[in-house]
Amino acid sequence: MANLIKTKRGLNIPINGRPIEIIGNLTLHKEFALVPDNFQGVTPKMLVKEGEAVKAGSPVFYEKQFPGMNFVSPVSGTIKAINRGERRKIMNIIIESDEKMTYEKFETPDVNTASADELIQILQKTGMWAFITQRPYDVIANPTKTPKAIFISTFDSAPLAPNNDFVISSQIADFQTGINVLAKIATVHLGIKYGKKTPFSTIKNATITEYDGPHPIGNVGIQINHISPVNKGEVVWTINPQDVLFIGRLFNKGIVDLSRLIALTGPSVRSPQYYNAIIGACIEPFIHGNKITGNKTHRFISGNVLTGCRISGKGYLTPYATQLTILEEGHHTHELVGWGMPRFRKYSTSRTYFTFLFESKFLRKLFGNFKYKWDTRLLGGRRAIIMSGEYEKVLPMDIYPEFLFKAMIASDLDKMEALGAYEIAPEDVALCEFVCTSKLPLQQIVRNSLDYMKKELE
Amino acid sequence: MRNNKLRKFVDKLKPHFMPGGKLEKLHSVFDGFETFLFVPNTTSKNGVHIHDAIDSKRTMITVVVALVPALLFGMFNVGYQHYLAIGQTVGFWDTFVFGLLAVLPIVVVSYAVGLGIEFVIAQIKGHEIQEGFLVSGMLIPLIVPVDTPLWMIAVATAFSVLFAKEVFGGTGMNIFNVALVARAFLFFAYPTFMSGDTVWVRTGTTFGLGGGSIIDSYSGATALGELATATSSNVQLTNIIGNPLGFLDGFLGLIPGSIGETSTLAILIGAAIILFTGVASWKIMLSVFAGGALMAFVFNNFGPDNAVAHFPWYNHLVYGGFAFGAVFMATDPVTAARTETGKWIYGFLIGAFAIVIRVLNPGYPEGMMLSILFMNIFAALIDYYVVEGNIKKRMKRVGTQKQ
Repeated sequence: MANLIKTKRGLNIPINGRPIEIIGNLTLHKEFALVPDNFQGVTPKMLVKEGEAVKAGSPVFYEKQFPGMNFVSPVSGTIKAINRGERRKIMNIIIESDEKMTYEKFETPDVNTASADELIQILQKTGMWAFITQRPYDVIANPTKTPKAIFISTFDSAPLAPNNDFVISSQIADFQTGINVLAKIATVHLGIKYGKKTPFSTIKNATITEYDGPHPIGNVGIQINHISPVNKGEVVWTINPQDVLFIGRLFNKGIVDLSRLIALTGPSVRSPQYYNAIIGACIEPFIHGNKITGNKTHRFISGNVLTGCRISGKGYLTPYATQLTILEEGHHTHELVGWGMPRFRKYSTSRTYFTFLFESKFLRKLFGNFKYKWDTRLLGGRRAIIMSGEYEKVLPMDIYPEFLFKAMIASDLDKMEALGAYEIAPEDVALCEFVCTSKLPLQQIVRNSLDYMKKELE
Repeated sequence: MRNNKLRKFVDKLKPHFMPGGKLEKLHSVFDGFETFLFVPNTTSKNGVHIHDAIDSKRTMITVVVALVPALLFGMFNVGYQHYLAIGQTVGFWDTFVFGLLAVLPIVVVSYAVGLGIEFVIAQIKGHEIQEGFLVSGMLIPLIVPVDTPLWMIAVATAFSVLFAKEVFGGTGMNIFNVALVARAFLFFAYPTFMSGDTVWVRTGTTFGLGGGSIIDSYSGATALGELATATSSNVQLTNIIGNPLGFLDGFLGLIPGSIGETSTLAILIGAAIILFTGVASWKIMLSVFAGGALMAFVFNNFGPDNAVAHFPWYNHLVYGGFAFGAVFMATDPVTAARTETGKWIYGFLIGAFAIVIRVLNPGYPEGMMLSILFMNIFAALIDYYVVEGNIKKRMKRVGTQKQ
């Protein structure tokens, strides 16, 4: 029987727009984009020129430090543009699809007999490496360092996240193949949701642990912290469950197939559901044709409301995103004396609001779930840290978050190391940022500090 | 919609205060008033896209609301003590209005001076006006004797805002509780005005109201003052006209003392508000009372043979500034311990030290102020050891896994 880890710390934010389990029809836009900045820690070196033809799986650029670590095209077609910014930094690479999807063919070794090195080579060559990240620093994994384990969380507990059981159950064979490949490299830890029948419980070649609790329990970082925290000098790898499918398809079919289901979610979406898509797809078709409500200004987020990336209405899906969230911007809203009003439709974990009443079991039984009004406003001014004990309530890790953040703000490397910076990633502190009375940009602070640490210590 | 008209008016004024406008120098002040009127419409640029509706304004206002029972009761009590001293019986409203007129100028001076300095400094540093002083500005009037001259309040407020807060970097950065520093400044700079038995009750008139001469048996000392100056170890406490006082008198608060500190009942109503809303830490509050009760109990049984040591432990908790300090001062999150374990230790030591100072130091009849300021220094040290425990655990892990 699998081990069970329970926690009460965390928060499930009651935001509406959860996707129903239907796959809608959609014709994808011809344009796709690769954004090097989406791959943390990568310095891109181009392998193609504008106008060149590519197949799905053809290398587009590689990582400067590790030649052979390719980043590949998700579709077949031509390179339409390579957009550069200041100091010729590559902002994005636009690929125009020929809508035929011809795949690059790869020879894959037999998983049972191949060595770990061989597998690492082929994963890099085929662009699969883009999906393998490491702790510490939450960057694309360094292929020369042996990880002590590979962690995969099979469920996403973030607000309005897609249901991986639904997404992956029809492709469980590909998932198993992916796990088999990873298990040859290091021990694979699989985190599954407690108390639910899930297709993942039958997966072999992996140590399965069950988790129970509110978000961020589905974050792989929280699971690592409970099972095998990252110490100085150690490395663990992580990969999203939907990305394990890519590896599985590669070894089962010999092609790079980067298509996945994207959940269209959020309060502004008329009928939240799933759509077939490919990584890097332009989001325009997802919002066209009466799919979003009202004519207010909306924010489009590639990912979830906590950790997702803000993109424009003509932007492109980021590589790790499994959902597209849409909600109102709200910058035209001017609430009169907000500090003194009851503000019934605002959600807060603080009891200075009435959320605690609406979220009480009694009222929910009587009236069902309360519908809060969400927008992207900070709802306050930025301040120094005033309240204490807020962060711990939503971060189920054996870490003193406030002290870690202060060490990070002060760029104190020794203190960061001592207080657990190796164990943390920006996504783990997203809820801290959500509840913060002082409205501090904690994910940004953590991201900058991890980059700084990596630069100084490696 | 009224909201719209006001918004249009603000939008019309706004350009003048922006960089390049005529009133650019008042940008921070304008921003302060704008965000006071309207929730800022700034949206998140990166990071989380939605936010909890709590902000520092609402947090601070909650504390101010919690202070209102103590303030109103304090006003009534100022009038009550006055008319008691001059031997007149007047109705509820006359009593209250006398107190209102006596206390309001102190509140106005405290806010005007403190916020004035905040505005200027915010503009110089070019940041937003921070609302920390909303609370401090209300706390200061509540912890001074009613007969403190207004100019002293102004000087003390200016001193504490500048040297206890702004030099450290403003709201959230201070080491000492700002209101208590103002009180300590008054105590040490003008000791004759801050102790003895002439400052606690307004015996003169207020704006011409309440004229009369003091009755013969009058004595204006506070309960703790009486104990500190007592010559025998067995004292019967009395109020200002010589009637005996017990636990209930201290709890209800119709006794002389600083304006807001006398009624434990009014303070506990405030405590209920800040505890229920989660603005204050119940761990600190509870442990202050526990520390005080335990220490006083020890002195009751094993202490020196003086009047304060024999003062029953339950009375210690309701007389003087103990309850006010425990509820509103010790729980100031910025100056308190910030780890959960640390909060227990911090609170307990505040309570214990307050009683130690009361009993063992005859120079200070009230120990709460010094005890809290003292523990403000140690809060960081307590946290240091709590966090160090976590660090040690992490370092140990490295050792065992490498072997």
